[in-house]
Formats: sequence, structure tokens, C-alpha cells
Amino acid sequence: MELHNSQLLRFTTAGSVDDGKSTLIGRLLYDSKSIFEDQLSSIETTSKKKGHEGVDLALFTDGLRDEREQGITIDVAYRYFTTPKRKFIIADTPGHIQYTRNMVTGASTANAAIILIDARNGVIEQTKRHSFIASLLQIPHIIVCVNKMDLVEYSEKRFNEIVEEFEVISSKLMIKDVHFIPISALDGDNVVNRSENMPWFSGAPMLHTLETLHISSDINKVDARFPVQTVIRPQSDEHRDYRGYAGRLESGILRVGDDITVLPSGFTSKIKSINCFETNYQEAFAPMSVSITLENDIDISRGDMIVRSNNQPTCSQEFDVMICWLNNNSARPGAKYSIKHTSNDQKAIIKEVVYKMDINAIERNNEDKSINMNDICRVKIRTTKPLMIDEYRDNRMTGSIILVDDATNETVAAGMVI
Amino acid sequence: MNKYYLNYLDELESEAIFVLREVAAQFENPVILFSGGKDSIVVTYLAQKAFYPAKMPFALLHVDTGHNFPETIEFRDKLVNSLGVQLLVGSVQDSIDDGRVAEEKGKNASRNVLQITTLLDTVEKYKIDCAIGGGRRDEEKARAKERFFSHRDEFGQWDPKNQRPELWNLFNGKQFKGEHFRAFPISNWTEMDVWNYINREQLAIPSLYFAHEREVIWRDDAWIPLSEHIKLDANEIVSTKRIRFRTLGDITITGGIESDADTLEKIVDEVSTMRLTERGNRSDDKRSESAMEDRKREGYF
Repeated sequence: MELHNSQLLRFTTAGSVDDGKSTLIGRLLYDSKSIFEDQLSSIETTSKKKGHEGVDLALFTDGLRDEREQGITIDVAYRYFTTPKRKFIIADTPGHIQYTRNMVTGASTANAAIILIDARNGVIEQTKRHSFIASLLQIPHIIVCVNKMDLVEYSEKRFNEIVEEFEVISSKLMIKDVHFIPISALDGDNVVNRSENMPWFSGAPMLHTLETLHISSDINKVDARFPVQTVIRPQSDEHRDYRGYAGRLESGILRVGDDITVLPSGFTSKIKSINCFETNYQEAFAPMSVSITLENDIDISRGDMIVRSNNQPTCSQEFDVMICWLNNNSARPGAKYSIKHTSNDQKAIIKEVVYKMDINAIERNNEDKSINMNDICRVKIRTTKPLMIDEYRDNRMTGSIILVDDATNETVAAGMVI
Repeated sequence: MNKYYLNYLDELESEAIFVLREVAAQFENPVILFSGGKDSIVVTYLAQKAFYPAKMPFALLHVDTGHNFPETIEFRDKLVNSLGVQLLVGSVQDSIDDGRVAEEKGKNASRNVLQITTLLDTVEKYKIDCAIGGGRRDEEKARAKERFFSHRDEFGQWDPKNQRPELWNLFNGKQFKGEHFRAFPISNWTEMDVWNYINREQLAIPSLYFAHEREVIWRDDAWIPLSEHIKLDANEIVSTKRIRFRTLGDITITGGIESDADTLEKIVDEVSTMRLTERGNRSDDKRSESAMEDRKREGYF
């Protein structure tokens, strides 16, 4: 199979327990012939054991024993399939309220989000929550699938009502690109194949939409940001003078000869070479992992950032972030946390809670200042040393942080720089 | 004008190199779990790329069940030699001799589960704080939930319901004494991606992956190679078949498939039309529906 020029698209799926999300993914894998015979026979056996009629496609995505017993998805699971056009990674995340943190996790690297709506119920609280998270995490493309169209007699009127309801919410949010598709995951209508039951729908089925979304522009190619992960200093005679700064270009483009500044020190130099293994490049772009050498010998270590001198991020110790709290232990006001930002590790305190988001109403709550599991709050953060930040909406990679609780070493919060 | 996007294989490669560099930066004493199989070969090659022109900052750790294909060991030693890295070996036979584990009994006895103890003992002995594996999320349903940086408690156990959330490119490798991590740089690769990559980069792999004649028996819906470690039932017949292996594990449990694919190109073609998963030929995964999850919780790869 010649796939060598095809791109990788990561998408996440959101929907509540009964929206048929697992069935949709099962259907997508099944109809795109991405399921192997032994997997199929294994779920056929399980379906029979459980007394289901036919094959329960949802079983493809239920992984852990607890999930199979309870029939729900409890953690992010990753699925893979390939079509002649693209390779896809699905982050399948649970939809019920206590697992908002998993949805945030799945959304953080996604190019696209599929939001499922039950045609009978229309837009519900959960839909609002998912749409808000998708916009908060700046997922570039949203595909709203109105599912179970078979249960509303494939009604165009019902579909249009739901589209309108959704537009009421999305107009309040930062959503750039949205597609609406009426589907029936159970029967496969408009998933891979065009539905014969809904001739009134002139748009493309879901898979075709996923195959043709324009994703080359999803990564910021304007602001060159190269966080240094590690320094490569070979011990061999042959490469004695090589001092390479290894990292992944998180955004933008760097070229040999570019005038660069190293942050936070502010030292300047020029790029002498860019390589990965035995290949030398004249230019590198995000998200390439490369090693860079400079014309001058300057002191650079992990946590520093190489940027173009004429386009620099903000160096700041105090800034606002929108955080999603991921841990059972609530935030302790004034407590110190470890903060991770690109390759940088510092300490930080939450100085102030500005407001909490009521994500069902999509409104600010200025009264409640507690930060508990699954809460989304705007907070002021102070760090021990400056971080080289961009606003999250300009740059998902240099605009994101996590907080780690030193008492447990657990990742307790995800934050987006405002 | 150039195009400023990566194809999927380059993007996966870049992601894996990023993960390997994070491991090197965040841990004191990381190793690569090296089985001699294609996935660990790819990971080792990516590590070579990630730190070039310096040597990779990882030793290779082989958990030796004693039930190896001789071809795998030969390949391992050659690779270690050419890379100039240290090889650590954890021996299941030693664990048995020391009374740490007991050999399984019966016809389908294997040393697969015993490896867990040997692996964890070796991790402790060499004070390894991160073991890099070639595990992929497409392999198995429990693996589909793995993180890039996967925490293990002081008993080496995995708690799938209480994993650290992993967001963006921010990996949290913080740990307390006695705990360790597993890192999976090729989490997002599928079997097909691995083969396409091996073919593209023209990597050397053990001869077992290519079609060859071998004495085999038909057991559990797969061709199991005849070896000194296998006990034959009265009704089992030894025959000679042209086979190749899709995965390499212990010689006692790794089933081959009938195949004529004797070049990388032919393997890529064959894999792309495959109708069974690669682990479908591994009897260790067929023991129960949650066989992999149960072993992983205990500390398996």
C-alpha cells in the first residue's frame, strides 16, 4: 500500500454513555475493514454470551475488564485505522461527567473532535460541556454527528432543529470549523457509506469528511519555537566538536543561517546546521525532531528555548491560565506545585482564582473559588523562574502547562495560557 | 516551494524520537527492553537516531526465558556489538533456580508469565528507573490504554484505572524511590507502520521474520516450531512447512504462518492483506479475554 505521502489525523470522540459512541467507532472500524477476523470472532462470542442480537460493535472499543463488566468506557483508549487517504488515531474518551479529565486529555492533541448528539434528545448539557472543552482546547475541526437518525424516521426537520440548537451554543464559543452530519451508527448510515435513507442530506459521510479536512495548517508555522530537550555531546574523536541541541520544533520553521536568540538568557547566534541522524536539513518545520548546532559556543541546557530573534514569546513569571483540575484532591490555595511547560520544569503557586466556569451554562461563576476535580477555572499563576510562553490560542504547544503535586507526583491540572 | 507538513511515518518517527529524548532527560538510569523482535529493533534504531552522533544513553535489557529462538540471540549479540552499548540479561532460568518462580506444568506450560518476576528483579537489581518498551496500542485492548510514560508502583504493578493523564507533549516522569516507569515511544504505531518503516529504512531483522522451511506442529490454530522445549502429544504430527513469524516470543508459544514472503517488500504486501491480528498466533494471549490486562497489572511488558 502506497501511503508515503498521506498525513496523520488525530481525532477524539465525545458523547454520553448512551449516544452510541462506541458503536460509531466500531462501525467506522468495521466498515473501513480495519477489524481483523479474530477480533470479530472474539466479540461475536462475547455478544452471544451477553444475549445481544447480532454483533455488538461497541465491544471493539471496550478494553479493560471493568469496562466490559459495566458496559461503559472508563479511560482514554486509542484506536488506529488507515484508509488509502490517511492514517487515523482515535482517542476514544468517556463522556460522563466524572471523566471530563479524560476528554481534556484526548482533546489536547486532536486535530478534530467528533461530538455525538442523540437525535431524540437534541443538544443536552453534556453536548454543551463537550463543545466547551473542544473550544477551550482549540481543537481545529469539529464534526457534529447527529446519531440515531433511524429513531426519528430520518427526519430532515429534526436534523435542522438540532443544527440550530447547536449553533446557539457554538456562537458563544471559539469554534472555527464545524461540520454537521446525520448518521445512524447502528446501521452505518453516513458513517463510511452514504445513507440511502437520507437523500436530503447533500454533505459527505463522516469518513470522507475526516479524509478531506484541511489539517496542514493546524500547526502554527509562523512562530518558530524550539525547546531544548537535551544536549548532544559525542565522546568520539570524529565528532569531538559537535554540540547539538536536540528537540522538536513545536511551531514554525527554522533555517540554517537564521538569527536566533536563546531564552531566557537572551544570547544570540546563528544556526549553523540542522540534522537528524545522518540527514542534514536546510530548514526544519514543526513537528520535526532535529538537532541544531549554532555558530557560537553558548551555554544552553534543557529548558531553554531557541527562537528567531525577530519573533519571540513572552518571558513571564506571572500569567493567567485556564486550568482543568484533573485530580481527586482539590487544589490547595497558596500551595506550591511543580509546573511543566515545554521542556521546562519549575515550581508554581496558584495565586488567585479569578473565576470558575459553569460549563453547563457556559457562564462565569465569580463566587465559588474552590478548585475541585473536573472544574475549569481561570487562575493567576506565579512561577519561580520565567517561562517562555505564548497564548494557547496562538500556540497549543508553548501555551500549555501541567501542574504536578509533589506530595503524590500525580498530574493534577492542565492549563492553557490566556 | 516545499511542503510544510510531514507524512504519517515521519510524524510517528518524530514523535518517537521526542519521547526517547524525554526519557533520557527525565530519568537517571533508563534501559531499552530488547526482545530481538521487530518492535524493539525499531525502538533501538530510533534511539540511535535520536542521539546521533553520540551513542544512545541506554543499555539494552533482555529478559531471557531460556526458550529462545537461537536466531534471536545471534541477532541480539550482533546488534549490541555494532552499537557498542551495554547488554543486561535477566535470566528466567536463574529465577527458577533461585526458587523465585516455579516452572509451569502441563502441555501448554510456558515461561511467559515467569518473565514478570525476572523482569522486576532485574529492574531492581540494576536500579532501573525507566524501561523503554516496543509496546504498541494497536496490539491488544489493554495496551490501547497505555500512556507514553506509564507509572509502575513499588511492586512493579500497573494501575490502569488510576493512570496519570497525559496531555500535549508534557510527560510526567516523577517518581518515588522504588517505583519505576515504562516508556512506549512507538505507542501510536501499528503493525503495518512498523513494517513500512523497517522497509523504508531497510533495517536488519532476524531471519525468522522471512519465509523459511521449518519443522512444526499444528497447535492452537498455529504452526508451533519444533524445539527441545516442546512436549508432543501422542496425536500431534510433525511436518515441514514454509512459514514465517509475525511476532517473536518464546519458541514454545510463538506460532508461525504459512508464507512465501521472503523479502521486506513481500512482507509489507502480506501484512497489508492480513485478516488476523499478529497476536492471534500467540497462545499467551489466548488464555482468557483479559490475559494481557492481568499480566500487565502484575508488571508484564
